[in-house]
Amino acid sequence: MNLTTLLDMAAEADGDHIALATETEGLSVDEFRAAARRGAALLLRAKASALVHLAENGPAFPVALFAAALAGVPFVPLNYRLGEAQLTALLAQHPGAYVLTDRQHSAPAGPEAVAVDSPQEWLDTLNSASPAEPPAIEPEPESTAVIIYTSGTTSAPKGVLLRHENLVSYVIGTVEFAGAQPSEASLLCVPPYHIAAVSAVLTNLYAGRRLVILGAFSPARWLELVRRERVTNVMVVPTILARIMDDDGDRSVPSLRTLAYGGAPMPPRVIERALREWPHVGFVNAYGLTETSSTVAVLGPEDHQKAYAAADPEERARLHSVGRPIPGVEVEIRDASGTARPAGSSGRIWIRGAQVSGAYAGQESGRTDGWFDTRDLGHLDTAGFLFVEGREDDTIIRGAENIAPAEIEDVLLRQDGVADTVVVGVPDEEWGQRIEAVVTPERGAELDPELLRAAVRTALRGAKTPDRIAVWDELPRTDTGKIRRRDIVAALGG
Amino acid sequence: MEPKVGVMLRSTVDDTAVVVVRWSAGAARLTCGGATMVDKADHDGTARAELDPEHAAGTLLGKRYTDAAGSVELLCTKPGRGSLALDGTPLAVKAAKPLPASD
Repeated sequence: MNLTTLLDMAAEADGDHIALATETEGLSVDEFRAAARRGAALLLRAKASALVHLAENGPAFPVALFAAALAGVPFVPLNYRLGEAQLTALLAQHPGAYVLTDRQHSAPAGPEAVAVDSPQEWLDTLNSASPAEPPAIEPEPESTAVIIYTSGTTSAPKGVLLRHENLVSYVIGTVEFAGAQPSEASLLCVPPYHIAAVSAVLTNLYAGRRLVILGAFSPARWLELVRRERVTNVMVVPTILARIMDDDGDRSVPSLRTLAYGGAPMPPRVIERALREWPHVGFVNAYGLTETSSTVAVLGPEDHQKAYAAADPEERARLHSVGRPIPGVEVEIRDASGTARPAGSSGRIWIRGAQVSGAYAGQESGRTDGWFDTRDLGHLDTAGFLFVEGREDDTIIRGAENIAPAEIEDVLLRQDGVADTVVVGVPDEEWGQRIEAVVTPERGAELDPELLRAAVRTALRGAKTPDRIAVWDELPRTDTGKIRRRDIVAALGG
Repeated sequence: MEPKVGVMLRSTVDDTAVVVVRWSAGAARLTCGGATMVDKADHDGTARAELDPEHAAGTLLGKRYTDAAGSVELLCTKPGRGSLALDGTPLAVKAAKPLPASD
């Protein structure tokens, strides 16, 4: 089974249902499949080795994803915000690709490409009246469907290879086919080079839920589109939700039923504010990695409400967990030697399941016995709720002691007036690394670094107290919401 | 033949196709419309058996089918007139317990 089967199933269930809606056009499932088939024919005629998408989000994105699947070549969404040198290096990994890019990003596409088209021109060609035959090719389940490059916040970007079987396992394992009500609509507002954008296209098509696509993000445009298109479901990264909650305009979202968030840790104040402001919305915390074909653990709406209302501290803490593993996914916490650890103790998060790829371009498989080491730190509680404690690579080694930034960040985020924070290790002659923190104030708040240091010292102890706390207006983040720790260390004089 | 997870099986009496989601039933015989289902790769597209009227309740697109013991789970990717059975015992539609949408 491959991605094209999902499309055929959706077309067989209800080909006239609107699959895609943008501000100017709507495509039924049948029209969507026809466009993808014509796109595949173009790829096969050009003998393209891959389909690269290097542009903002738009209706060409989901069509391109399926065109590549139908043609049996990888779909490669690239981050159009990268610098020219980085893009040139990534494009060099895909000689002979068919490149969809808007004019301002076309320069690095260069002579290696078999064709360069703008997304809109490409889509206009595909929506022409010529008949659309299904290609004679059927991709193998083990072949690569999508290549997504990791953000490279901790190391050089790696190309994650997602096979048809990984993505299909995720979709059929977690989504009820044609399970959506006819009125349901999902807003796609994460960047197209994020795994959540790929999975949103697949799962909403499979569920029979109309997909609405937001181009460039602004809080006002997001809110306006949710109201106008009567959006019922959306997945956001924390930065998006924080910016919406800070918008001074009309923040009402009467149609919204489910808001999923993930991609980076959610500041508690942001989610608690959203819970208060939108009591009719069900919140879903989704934890996953590119390497695991998106979500592997979910904290659902009922879990949120129960934890939010709980008096018991262990239950209350679950509001900041990522919930429990989804069907077909196993989670283990292991120590540095790979031995499993019991509930309550921290270690590295390992994951196994059919949706887990763990394979990188040009590298051996990252899996052992099917188990993938996420290099995320965390623990499971007695009821099986998973808590994520940050990246192993972010661990600060002060003297001989390993210190997890998340523990200190949690304390800082509980202090009045703190909107956001990051704790990093800065190279230090005496300690190897010293602990420094950056905090950002909530609007109108004044922060005193010495009071914040005293609060950490009281809650933890001296060795975990930041040597210095800087107050900045905002933290540098990637547009998928991950904090740029390396830039912060550099700015702090590391 | 013991089907592997992810393999697509086809009916020899109609258009029915299923994908194996779970299989721990060893060499149990899976039938559609009373005739053994075959790996899609081994289906020549012409060989047709007769639909057994005892196994003609049909399948529904996108539904999961399972046995009472839960040893197999099949996802119907193409529906047909024949119904599914494992060693002669009809498979039932698995009740959906949907996850909250996370995409």
